[in-house]
Amino acid sequence: MSTMNDSLVIARRNLIRMTRIPEMILFGLIQPVMFVILFTYVFGGSMSIGGSTDPDVYKNFLMAGIFAQTVTFATAGAGAGIADDMHKGLIDRFRSLPMARGAVLTGRTLADLVQTALTLLVLAIVALIIGWRPGYAEPTNFGRVMAGFGLLLLLGYAFTWIGALIGLSVRTPEAATSGGLIWLFPVTFISNAFVDSSQMPSWLQPIAEWNPFSATVQACRTLFGDPGVSPSDAWPMQYPVWASLIYSVLIVAIFRTLSVRKYRRADG
Amino acid sequence: MPGAIYAEGLVKTFGDVRALDGVDLDVPEGTVLGLLGPNGAGKTTTVRVLTTLLQPDSGRAVVAGVDVLRHPEKVRRSIGLSGQFAAVDEYLTGRENLQMVGQLYQMKAKAAKVRADELLERFRLADAADRTAKTYSGGMRRRLDLAAALVVSPPVMFMDEPTTGLDPRNRQALWEVIKELVAGGTTLLLTTQYLEEADHLAHDICVVDQGKVIARGTSDQLKAQTGGERVEVVVHEPDMIAGARGVLGRYGIAGRGPDEVSVEDHTRKLTVPVSGGAKLLAEVIRDLDAVGVEIDDIGLRRPTLDDVFISLTGHAAALTEEENGGPPEADGRGRRQTKETAK
Repeated sequence: MSTMNDSLVIARRNLIRMTRIPEMILFGLIQPVMFVILFTYVFGGSMSIGGSTDPDVYKNFLMAGIFAQTVTFATAGAGAGIADDMHKGLIDRFRSLPMARGAVLTGRTLADLVQTALTLLVLAIVALIIGWRPGYAEPTNFGRVMAGFGLLLLLGYAFTWIGALIGLSVRTPEAATSGGLIWLFPVTFISNAFVDSSQMPSWLQPIAEWNPFSATVQACRTLFGDPGVSPSDAWPMQYPVWASLIYSVLIVAIFRTLSVRKYRRADG
Repeated sequence: MPGAIYAEGLVKTFGDVRALDGVDLDVPEGTVLGLLGPNGAGKTTTVRVLTTLLQPDSGRAVVAGVDVLRHPEKVRRSIGLSGQFAAVDEYLTGRENLQMVGQLYQMKAKAAKVRADELLERFRLADAADRTAKTYSGGMRRRLDLAAALVVSPPVMFMDEPTTGLDPRNRQALWEVIKELVAGGTTLLLTTQYLEEADHLAHDICVVDQGKVIARGTSDQLKAQTGGERVEVVVHEPDMIAGARGVLGRYGIAGRGPDEVSVEDHTRKLTVPVSGGAKLLAEVIRDLDAVGVEIDDIGLRRPTLDDVFISLTGHAAALTEEENGGPPEADGRGRRQTKETAK
């Protein structure tokens, strides 16, 4: 049996499902677009980034944060999908088949990756329309911008494995959705995503700077040439691309191991 | 040599509840074993252990010649599982569902498609093949679920309450499918709460209650354990009961005369245990006619599995249906109380 083959069969199945529930894709798109617009126009005028209160600076600062937050929201989708499969008895069927053990979860996370990429594409277009300009603060190029999106996708993929573990641990898809979202708010807000972390209370600053989520945001700002790159001495802020890669790979390694073990023992 | 499905001393506890308390099974190749019992008796847990979904605390199981605990991955190649929750993906079409399962049984995409079409035809789902399973009726879903379990024609099949929740017509239709399957040589373990179903489909029956097999044998053997046959007569007028009682008393198996006849006044029904089978009925009718008793109905009644269940467990199988979905602890307590009142 082949893990890759089985994973692709399951990924295909989940992608077909997503096309049969188009409203889910639509809501997944509306939400981040709404965040972009709300943050840009509601907060934009009163935020100070690197000493500048120009709304244009905040707009360009904000996008990397919104992109990163959007990819992490895939956690809830993965969790709800897997919890739903458990609930409906599909996981029992899969577990009784001679297929690779990790494939049900890998397939789901791969399908979510495709959806995340699609969401990110739409979001980037909206961002460009309302005035995000890569290279606004520092020069950049196409390769660096793509590398930034690559790191975002990797972060999203890593977080869907956390979602997988949540989905396997709760009883209902509803619980997986809220359980997949609740902890994301502190993770994405105690970070450099929406504000300049140097303005946070001093006890909160190190948490924000060492937050895995912040590393990816900082890496994207650096690669996109956005304003507001944190001058902090914290290691993840100094070497954000490496930090982002290491964090994401670690999250995948840890949560994939835990999830697959839980899947094998799933007692329904 | 052990049968196609063999289990010895299976024990599984969930917290304080002993879901399996030493279950032994032996199903010869090509036969059907009916696992009969109320909710919470341990039927589903047994199936989950035998299909590699659940590790027992102790015991041994061999399916299709392979040790379930040592080589679960090999067992999975030889079994098909059809569950009570009809596990199909409701957002996929019937064809997509079967094709996916085929591919996960490691068939090539093309072969899986061909097989899917065959099964859709055989299970009368060809017309609905390209509709999502969400739009299927309950009976269609069960058929699709069953088809999914048959994608590789596994030599050993497990069906966990295949007809629970189906209307009588669909149940009948599913029975026909199951019979065809068994005629083809498949070994089948079937769980059910319906005594009629076990009676109809299974060669051998194991009655389970509270994690234990409390009786086993063929349907006829189990019925014989409960006692023999009875003649039931419904008389036309209440004042004919006394006359009928005198006649029926002569046929009582114990020779105790009219005392052996039980009477239900409001339904004008008389029952007497007999031996001698159908030819006895003609004599009874003649004798009743001779004393001027008009009858509305007469019949030879053999014990049903329901009677077997009551005599074995002290409670009817149907009683526990009200406890559907309750936690296993409450289930156990509820049943014990029922038993005490019955004594």
